[in-house]
Amino acid sequence: MSKGDPLLEVTDLVKHFPIKTGVLIDHEVARVRAVDGVSLTLREGETLGLVGESGCGKSTLCRAILQLTQPTSGSVRFLGEELVGRSRRDLRPLRRQMQMVFQDPFASLNPRKRVGQIVGDPLELHGLARGTELKRRVQELLERVGLGPEHYNRYPHEFSGGQRQRIGIARALALHPKLIVADEPVSALDVSVQAQIINLLKELQDEFGLSYLFVAHDLGVVRHVSDRVAVMYLGKVVENSATEDLYRKPIHPYTNALLSAVPIPDPKRNAARERLVLQGDVPSPIDPPPGCSFHTRCPWATEVCTTDEPALLEHASAHAAACHHPRNVEEAASHGSR
Amino acid sequence: MSTILKVDDLRVSFATEDGVVQAVSGVSFELKAGEVLAIVGESGSGKSVTAQTITGLTRAPNARITGSVAYRDRELNGLDDDQLRDVRGEQIAMVFQDPMTSLNPVYRVGDQISEMIRAHRDVSKHEAADRAIELLRSVGIPNPERRVRHYPHEFSGGMRQRVMIAMALALEPDVLIADEPTTALDVTVQAQILRLIDQLNRDRDLAVILITHDLGVVAEIADRVLVMYGGQIVENATLDEIFYDPQHPYTWGLLGSLMRLDQSRTTRLAQIPGQPPSLLNPPPGCRFAPRCPHVFDKCHELPALEARAGTSHLDRCWLDPEEKKSLRAQVIP
Repeated sequence: MSKGDPLLEVTDLVKHFPIKTGVLIDHEVARVRAVDGVSLTLREGETLGLVGESGCGKSTLCRAILQLTQPTSGSVRFLGEELVGRSRRDLRPLRRQMQMVFQDPFASLNPRKRVGQIVGDPLELHGLARGTELKRRVQELLERVGLGPEHYNRYPHEFSGGQRQRIGIARALALHPKLIVADEPVSALDVSVQAQIINLLKELQDEFGLSYLFVAHDLGVVRHVSDRVAVMYLGKVVENSATEDLYRKPIHPYTNALLSAVPIPDPKRNAARERLVLQGDVPSPIDPPPGCSFHTRCPWATEVCTTDEPALLEHASAHAAACHHPRNVEEAASHGSR
Repeated sequence: MSTILKVDDLRVSFATEDGVVQAVSGVSFELKAGEVLAIVGESGSGKSVTAQTITGLTRAPNARITGSVAYRDRELNGLDDDQLRDVRGEQIAMVFQDPMTSLNPVYRVGDQISEMIRAHRDVSKHEAADRAIELLRSVGIPNPERRVRHYPHEFSGGMRQRVMIAMALALEPDVLIADEPTTALDVTVQAQILRLIDQLNRDRDLAVILITHDLGVVAEIADRVLVMYGGQIVENATLDEIFYDPQHPYTWGLLGSLMRLDQSRTTRLAQIPGQPPSLLNPPPGCRFAPRCPHVFDKCHELPALEARAGTSHLDRCWLDPEEKKSLRAQVIP
């Protein structure tokens, strides 16, 4: 596999959570359509940013891709192999190649294990190292993420949030995976620490040839780290393009609104901007609106939007969006740069 | 504009198992009527403790509070709950980050607002209920006549925050203290709430103290900005001064590490090395010195918060103002 080849191909992935009720026998009364038909591709060496607000399904999508939760339907091909429906035993060798970094640096590390054990467990579980060799490799990893070899024997509670996140990254790196799924890795950190961790993730990507699926709600962070970005709304991808194209010429109205909502830390430019402030709240994923799920909040919605669900189509080069009335299309088409 | 709130040399420390935590170490500032003052800082900067101390929320057996908090020349520090009752809600109201923990989950929203009104004003149940509906309407909640009978869990995060703001405004205070009001909200909802606070500030001449770690939020609505670090104010300036002429290396670091949507993607972010200081044993001298790339020998002596460039722009740094300009350019693109 060389750089640019598809590493991860997700097709029509669905994850619904049934809501059951009943006295003797449970029957389903509704479902939470957390992930409602998602297709995307991540190429080798690439960072795909996944952006969306609470309830859009991005975290569930990550877990469904990694088979941490069993998809309801759909396909996930990783390194050419189908993951959905595989047994745990068959997934094991593939799991070495795909690892996760979690959002909460406090909840994602076992408080009763020492750091050396947390980072070393993956190596031991997969039979890759033992004893002094294991310790050496772990200390090397700790140093690579900016911690000291002396941290080997400490417990998670002795570290700050940023340091704990580094431990989580060291753990994810231990097996030299091809893919790291980072679910909001810097959201819980202070701004000055976020920059440190982002810089570290980028260096590691170059050094280890990693591919990232980077989930975040912070559009500034996503733009900084991603080659391509997919925007999610209510369980579906509504726009997918190269990073700069998304931020300069967003096609989907929701993307427009998201970008407009982010305040620019520059008072004069902020005040001079034309803002699009959405009305209302995100609908529930239990009962998504018919047709285009965004139509209830869209300033440009028409009749067709209430009845027909728009397909995710390519409106400009490598720039797809699911909308009956795509914005910025002429400009986006002519810019079509990768 | 007249000064409505004056904080002078406020110091707050908490005795804990590990020692005494110096949460706030000598904070002084003024809030003018109708002004939006943003207090910016990261975890452990002391911004929340400062705000909570203003309304007497940090009083505890293990807390030691010295200094002055004067609202319209009336000293608040040292008052007991009964005395503070007049001030809280009526003069100074507070909104917190997580509306779910501030609202009582077993009471209808309208009843919570009415109860609060009737605790302070001599009005009938009916009048208080009408007022509650009007308040919900004024913060942009649709169908307030119906929504007033709902429970907190029936509202979304953004709507709950609006309810909190409505409650805060019920007694028509002069000052609203909002502690990270939008941090837990999605960005599109954040935009709505900031717009609401801005509108309330303009329409009612409501002074606002906005505590946040997000410089974008600051740029959106603040008039004046305090930057806090390690329990102290390190910079105090107008909105434009903070963004276009910042005088403290920590402020430069914060501005430099931002991932701005309107700038080209740089390959490496300017990062502030290290971590925020321990408040158990704050370093003597300048508290930012251990992380400052421009530290020099004078920094072992704590700089006073002063206007070094001859204006009302205060900073806590020994560096020569002229020298600062070239150093700053290295950090902020």
